[in-house]
Amino acid sequence: MTEKTGKYPTEPLKCWDKAKKIREDYYKDYASAHEKGGLRWAGGAWTFDAIPAGLGDDVHPITSEPYGASCAFNKEFSLKCLEATEKAGYARDLCAYMRNYWGSILLNQFAFGGPFPKPDFLWQDHICCSHAKWYQVVSELEHGIPHFSIDVSVGPEDEIDQNKIDYIVGQMHDGIEFLEKSTGRKYDDNLLIKAVKNTCRSTSTWAKVCELNKTVPAPLDEKSMYSLYVLGTLQKSSQAVADFYEELLKEVQDRVKRGISATPNERCRVMSDTQPPWGFLSVFRYLEKFGTVSIGSLYTFGLIGAWEVAPDGEWVHRKTPMEKGVSINDRDKALRVLTEWELHKPEWQHFYSPHLKSEMMIRIAKQWKLNGVMLHYNRGCEGLSLGIAENRLALLKAGYPVMVFEGNMGDEREFDMVRTMSRIDSFMETLGMKKDFD
Amino acid sequence: MITAGIDMGAKNIKVVLLEDGRKVRARAQELGGTDTRGATEKAFNAALFQAGLKMADVLHVTSTGAGRANAPYARDSVTEVGAAARGAVFVHPATRTVIDIGAEEGKTLRCDAAGKVIDFAVNEKCAAGAGSFMESMARALEVKLEQLGPLSMKSTNTIPMNAQCAVFAESEVVTLVHQKHSKEDIAKAVHDAIADRITSMVRKVGFENDVVLIGGVAKNPAFVETMKRNLQTEVKVLDEPEYVGALGAALVAADNEGVK
Repeated sequence: MTEKTGKYPTEPLKCWDKAKKIREDYYKDYASAHEKGGLRWAGGAWTFDAIPAGLGDDVHPITSEPYGASCAFNKEFSLKCLEATEKAGYARDLCAYMRNYWGSILLNQFAFGGPFPKPDFLWQDHICCSHAKWYQVVSELEHGIPHFSIDVSVGPEDEIDQNKIDYIVGQMHDGIEFLEKSTGRKYDDNLLIKAVKNTCRSTSTWAKVCELNKTVPAPLDEKSMYSLYVLGTLQKSSQAVADFYEELLKEVQDRVKRGISATPNERCRVMSDTQPPWGFLSVFRYLEKFGTVSIGSLYTFGLIGAWEVAPDGEWVHRKTPMEKGVSINDRDKALRVLTEWELHKPEWQHFYSPHLKSEMMIRIAKQWKLNGVMLHYNRGCEGLSLGIAENRLALLKAGYPVMVFEGNMGDEREFDMVRTMSRIDSFMETLGMKKDFD
Repeated sequence: MITAGIDMGAKNIKVVLLEDGRKVRARAQELGGTDTRGATEKAFNAALFQAGLKMADVLHVTSTGAGRANAPYARDSVTEVGAAARGAVFVHPATRTVIDIGAEEGKTLRCDAAGKVIDFAVNEKCAAGAGSFMESMARALEVKLEQLGPLSMKSTNTIPMNAQCAVFAESEVVTLVHQKHSKEDIAKAVHDAIADRITSMVRKVGFENDVVLIGGVAKNPAFVETMKRNLQTEVKVLDEPEYVGALGAALVAADNEGVK
């Protein structure tokens, strides 16, 4: 129902419940896969999930980062997981998602109820040092689950050449042999091709949705976007996710047309950075008291979104190979398309240099018309926090006020809510924003 | 027209009464303790008595400080950072960088000629960089807090002290005592440690002259000297440094009443 309590009308998203159901079904399907004769696999949200799709429609994944975030959202459960990991001898400064995930295995408790459903195989890629070790430990904890990892250290995108693509595609071909051997199933290339097309469709469409947030007032706020982008991190290669993003796009286009705003009194636009402290998303609602909306971030836009720079310099959604008339007819072509597509992922580029991240952030700040930036010094993710102090300097130099706050995406013991809110008060004051209500 | 600023600090509560947004009529403070409301009332009454005024004479009260949301009498509030900048520029118009060390927090800000904050940094979840760190170290050395600075200035040696946490630093001080280092040298090590911490915060924000120091720790001459040495610039201690935040709040109250 449309409401107008402030300057702009607001309205809940109609497809909200559908998004929730896709997420619920995802975890249910994973947990119950064996009951229907299906298979379970585990791997990171960055992994090439389109490839195991070739084993059949009854093969269900669980991706570790969103699972770790789900644990973190439940503070009581998360603490048990973290303590179990520490008791097992793992250091407290490791990736917080990884520690929640390992803790869940060690406790044999699934965040959504019941014992932790053991995967049949592990399918991972190595984007950061944690990813490189994560599933090696999972394999050990679960008594030797077959494990395959793909090394993707060939970036950044402007340095990619044919040899580098061949290097990754070669590993993917080996990976398919591994999948057949580990599961005893025959691989279906048609399912792979379909999943690759879905991947391109999901990620390009999500970028289109994010592009619409250039509109003033923004039709979406970042707290809501977290519940939407997550579907891509769960299974970007699935038909359900690709179709959902197209439905979402239509709805957000309609919101823009009708002037529906995410917040009733948008006067100030900011972006955040890296994963938020998942147990404390009320930080984003607090901003609304100041008429401030967080329109997203490089993280929410670029972890799942596929982007390219248009000739006029605007950052826009990447056109899919299908839209460009590329035909994908066999396994090798599908793997090459998938490789090239994924190696342009924005949130992967800055593993090579913080300056690449600064450029992208400044581009967002300009094109999404921002008044300021809130940087989360996320002690739970070395990969995405690396170089964040450099990003701060670059943003300041570009003329954008920056607030930093310390925290951890998945370990609530490292986040100070009161101090963070107090810092937001100060930042809002420097931006000239006053509270509309308490 | 009288306005008032209340700075509900982590340890002390400070009150400033201001006439026509220009002249300070009274200053008073009380230890916050557990009854912060009672302490605020006491400090407020003391300030009224000092100025020969009644509560009804005060047109507008603005609060600041960690406990600003719970300040009695206040109609509105301003953040510590905003109040510090406003107060410092009022006292010393050439102020462009403020270093504010209170009991709980150490902060640094850059501001413009109007007292508008451009950038700021606050110490994270750690007492190093705040007054409570100094108190803890004075306890460990068995000296009064006000003796710590003068003691440090008598030191002739530099001892490195690595701790950033008051708890660990206290045990480091005990170790230094056992190693037979003099109290003077240990006191200097404490000042160096806290000043290093604050210096990195100042460099993060970047500083422009004039640099001023406010908050209770500004009264410690050894700390001021260490900051000057670290920053290689003049660091001016404002008059009545612990009241600058409350003064800033009183100025904001005057602004809100349209006093030019």
